[in-house]
Amino acid sequence: MKQFLSFIKKEFYHVFRDTKSLLLLFGLPIAQIVLFGFALTNEIKNTSIAIYDQAHDPASRSISEQFAQSPQFNLVKNIRNQDEIEAVFKAGEAKLVVVFPPNFEQDIQHENKAEVQLIADASDPNTANTLTVYASNIIMDYQKELMLTTTIPISIQTDMRFLYNPELKGAPNFVPGVMALILTLISVLMTSVSIVREKENGTMEILLVSPFNPLMVIISKAVPYLVLSLANVTMILLLSVFLLEMPINGSIVLLYAESTLLILTALSLGLLISNITNSQQVAMIVSLMGMLLPTLLFSGFMFPIENMPLPLQLISNLVPAKWYYIIIKDIMIKGVGFMSIWKETLILTSMTAFLLTMSLKKFNIRLAK
Amino acid sequence: MAIVRIAPAVNGYFAAGILPAKEVAMSNYVIEAENLTKRFGDFTAVNEISFHVEKGEIFGFLGANGAGKTTAMRMLCGLSIPSSGKATIAGFDVYKQTESIKQNIGYMSQKFSLYEDLTVLENITFFGGIYGLSRKEIAVKADQLLHELGLFDHENTLVGSLPLGWKQKLAFSVAIFHEPSIVFLDEPTGGVDPVTRRQFWDLIYKASDAGITVFVTTHYMDEAEYCNRISMMVDGEIKALDTPENLKKQFNARSMDDVFFELARGAKRSGD
Repeated sequence: MKQFLSFIKKEFYHVFRDTKSLLLLFGLPIAQIVLFGFALTNEIKNTSIAIYDQAHDPASRSISEQFAQSPQFNLVKNIRNQDEIEAVFKAGEAKLVVVFPPNFEQDIQHENKAEVQLIADASDPNTANTLTVYASNIIMDYQKELMLTTTIPISIQTDMRFLYNPELKGAPNFVPGVMALILTLISVLMTSVSIVREKENGTMEILLVSPFNPLMVIISKAVPYLVLSLANVTMILLLSVFLLEMPINGSIVLLYAESTLLILTALSLGLLISNITNSQQVAMIVSLMGMLLPTLLFSGFMFPIENMPLPLQLISNLVPAKWYYIIIKDIMIKGVGFMSIWKETLILTSMTAFLLTMSLKKFNIRLAK
Repeated sequence: MAIVRIAPAVNGYFAAGILPAKEVAMSNYVIEAENLTKRFGDFTAVNEISFHVEKGEIFGFLGANGAGKTTAMRMLCGLSIPSSGKATIAGFDVYKQTESIKQNIGYMSQKFSLYEDLTVLENITFFGGIYGLSRKEIAVKADQLLHELGLFDHENTLVGSLPLGWKQKLAFSVAIFHEPSIVFLDEPTGGVDPVTRRQFWDLIYKASDAGITVFVTTHYMDEAEYCNRISMMVDGEIKALDTPENLKKQFNARSMDDVFFELARGAKRSGD
């Protein structure tokens, strides 16, 4: 036990003396969260919109005024004809165009129902979605106001069009994505590199010649990265709750348990990589290609898996981060309990068991020649 | 047991240590190898080597690259299980008692083997720790060691910023920090200037005087002269084993260089 503690202490020295890596490990998630977070909040606070008012009647003018006064929107342009709508989007002048049909007020008064069209630039689906919700709220408010003065039920419907990404698939919920990415980065990359570094420096030989159990060498190498990863999870969660005001709807204990599971998966993979490579560079490349890239591509965090061709969808099933991403999104956003995510958890657990068995089998107690 | 060694002369030169030809009880052998063999598939890296090393002896293990030195040494350290033959290290069997062997040996490899991003003291503490020394023991011995090496002002210096000679002396001291019965040195002085090398050998002699058996591989023939006895490995076999003096007589050579050349030129395996 004492040997184990001296080893862990030494590992922490390595970690904390390597300030560049440490900066990367903690700076990267902060930068990502802050960038993603503020990019989102800024846009929704002061988004450029345009209005195509074909009615020019009191009702349409009243709603337009509401838009102009809203802190979320910044009315930059009044559009005069249909063609201009596309031009406005192409030029990036507006993220949202509100279209009033001719005879807007007449429709309300005579037919008790009218339609407003909201066209959004959905190349950023998350923003597009949020914008249309805000816009619909403004129109709903107007409808409620009208209802106060009349007894006839009036309805103004909003017809939403999402340009560029009509299905709004894969609206990136980046917090679980950033978590998957960072945990993978620390656990796979750092672990494999740190073990291979001992091989490269010749210190692994010394450790293997010592009475210290070789298996313990590996375990003590993994401990600091487990701690670092959990610290990172905590930091990301704090940032997302307090900075992005994104609540955690599910159980925090479950969230940590599932995160620990992914860390173990990644550590096993890092271990496997360190067993089959002999130089830090190779370990780094294998980790990046074998884990970080698939995590980026196939976790569903950046690119919607549903839109991928079938073979790629099948490959995505092999990426642990995909399952973790689903689990964390469900816990954080939907607030579900373990019963709803046991399947994904089982898959992740099996992956961990498989990788760990593989790497322990490969782990050569005697110095591999 | 009496090992007669001509002490280092004042000017720092060592004369070859000469072991008196006398019968030594079996218990005095700390390394015993008999027909030790290691095969990798069809390739026999080490072919039936037999030798004994006495307690406190400085045993030179020489051979060209690829002769099988490293493989033999790895078997003796308990890192590699022999294919056949027998060997005991400090009385422990290389097949069954590798853990006890590990507790009783020290090891320093040709690659410099301390942590460069740890300080001098942290390295000592760490290696003391994994050999199970108590914190108090470590503190006392570390203090003593730092004074001996003249590194006392540098206990908090990162090892990476020390000159190579100091690093190597420190690595050796760390290798024998837990007072093993045998220390294995795998080309310990590679890349070090002659003056530092001689200082390094002062440490080796000191360890040997303290009763630690030194098993050393080297490519430097002047170093070979410092050993009590030398074995010469060629193509996986020990072709010669004696004191440097006797070897020179046997091969009618003026220096160890000539002895080495005489033996190694017949080698079929080339260096790697």
